[in-house]
Amino acid sequence: MKKFNRRSFLAICSAVAAVSIMTACGAASSSSVAASSTVSGSSSAAASTVSVSGTVNTNGSTSMEDVMGSLIEAFKEVQPGVTVNYTGSGSGAGITGAQDGTCDIGLASRDLKDEETGVKQITLAKDGIAVIVNPANPVADLSIEQIAQLFNGEITNWSEVGGEDAEVVPIGREAGSGTRDGFESITGTEDACVYQNELTSTGEVIANVASNPNAIGYASLSAVEEDSTIKALTVGGVAASEETVLDGSYLIQRNFNLILSDSKELSEAAQAFVDWATSTDASDLIAGAGAVPVAE
Amino acid sequence: MKQKIRPMEKIMSGVFLFCGIIAIAFVLFISIYLIISGLPAIRQIGLAEFLLGDKWASTASEPKFGILPFILTSIYGTCGAILIGVPVGFMTAVFLAKVASPKVAAVVRPAVELLAGIPSVVYGLIGMMVLVPAVREAFDLPDGASLFCAIIVLAVVLLPSIISVSENALKAVPREYEEASLALGATQIETIFKVSAPAASSGIAAAVVLGIGRAIGEAMAIMMVAGNVANMPSLFASVRFLTTAVASEMAYASGLQRQALYSIALVLFVFIMIINIVLNSLLKRKGD
Repeated sequence: MKKFNRRSFLAICSAVAAVSIMTACGAASSSSVAASSTVSGSSSAAASTVSVSGTVNTNGSTSMEDVMGSLIEAFKEVQPGVTVNYTGSGSGAGITGAQDGTCDIGLASRDLKDEETGVKQITLAKDGIAVIVNPANPVADLSIEQIAQLFNGEITNWSEVGGEDAEVVPIGREAGSGTRDGFESITGTEDACVYQNELTSTGEVIANVASNPNAIGYASLSAVEEDSTIKALTVGGVAASEETVLDGSYLIQRNFNLILSDSKELSEAAQAFVDWATSTDASDLIAGAGAVPVAE
Repeated sequence: MKQKIRPMEKIMSGVFLFCGIIAIAFVLFISIYLIISGLPAIRQIGLAEFLLGDKWASTASEPKFGILPFILTSIYGTCGAILIGVPVGFMTAVFLAKVASPKVAAVVRPAVELLAGIPSVVYGLIGMMVLVPAVREAFDLPDGASLFCAIIVLAVVLLPSIISVSENALKAVPREYEEASLALGATQIETIFKVSAPAASSGIAAAVVLGIGRAIGEAMAIMMVAGNVANMPSLFASVRFLTTAVASEMAYASGLQRQALYSIALVLFVFIMIINIVLNSLLKRKGD
């Protein structure tokens, strides 16, 4: 029995050691593969595009993570020689990165301010944020001011906006979330929202609003379309949809921008990525990631 | 023959030493990493303001990094869970060790073990879908996600560890003690509370401390029922624990906000260290 115990212990130890060695090797080899993959892929690329190679570093908005993720994934097929990296650090850091050249392409989920000079923006897509309530809630339409007041605590009872006599339960996302940042900056409620519940994913927000008749929350437009467990409000009489986001009549929306330096010329690889991402070829991918593509 | 065995012995003892070192190395690595990455933010914010500040607004234009609400919530939540979990857990342990017939115990014990095996995210999910709406209805609140729900979920989470440790402690009480008590005319209940429980007290205390450690470190289950707003704790308010403060903001954190999250983890680590030291001294006293 003693012998058996020792042997099995030894087996476990060696298994652990083997696994740790393998993961170490795996990590090392995968990074070297990524660096050296400059094989040209003329077969998969469209006939007109010339195959290029290199690395493109993108840095910025965390809200754009989903869009960038699917674009980067698909771009591997278009230009197998190009490696595109994405770092989510916030729109401000993305713009700074493009200004001082620490990244090739900055990503910002807001428009450039006047004092942010030396860079230009290319709008890649538009992002609509839907305001959602429980289907049992009789309120169907709110103005953007009313929405702001519901979230910052100035309106605490649904009867003040035509609903039933019940306390308002504002539900939001965690600090640092791109959706929260977008919603608060558009409604002008930065740092002023009084949440009852701060959740870490869109799915949790929808589940909570679906289970609480007094809740109000916000979520990406794509996540709430065709979801009958919750009701998307019309804002100033305009329903949230791709069309109303594109023509600008739905107000709770913002731009996803690529930020490029004015002074520094883009590398061949970065230019190829920008051209492709802003073309109609990428439209379906952007829509699939929850944003509204602007390319025509 | 002996010469053939010797190199194997040496190799094996080397392997054992290596495995032992792995465990120590991880502990050392985590401790050093947390201290190195947790201290800069504390230094920048100021220890007093960090620990005693009552406002947390990490992404505001003028960020505030006070974690007193999280510390108090963690302490209140843990105390509440212990208040509910320990009596229930102790009674269950008495039932399993002393009262139940072997057949009944054979059904209850695996059920308790199964409870220990349920992943905490499942507790959270059921708490979010069942407990939170139920609490909202029962207490007529605008929203059910609250410290109260978190305490209930924590009490269930720490039940199995309290039961199994105190059951072992009760079983280790020498039979002669109980037999002497019964022979003197005490009833079974008197024997359990006046003889067995005091004799097993250090083991039961260890169970309580272990439960505290389990409760204070739990994140996933309570994140889904506590509401996660950085309020000062109150029974039916949305609250945020030390663990959930780290978990909920880590995904998109940057700069000082991220460093401050490391500092919260460091504070949590210090709490766990203190609990472990208390636990060790309790177990040592039991051994004497």
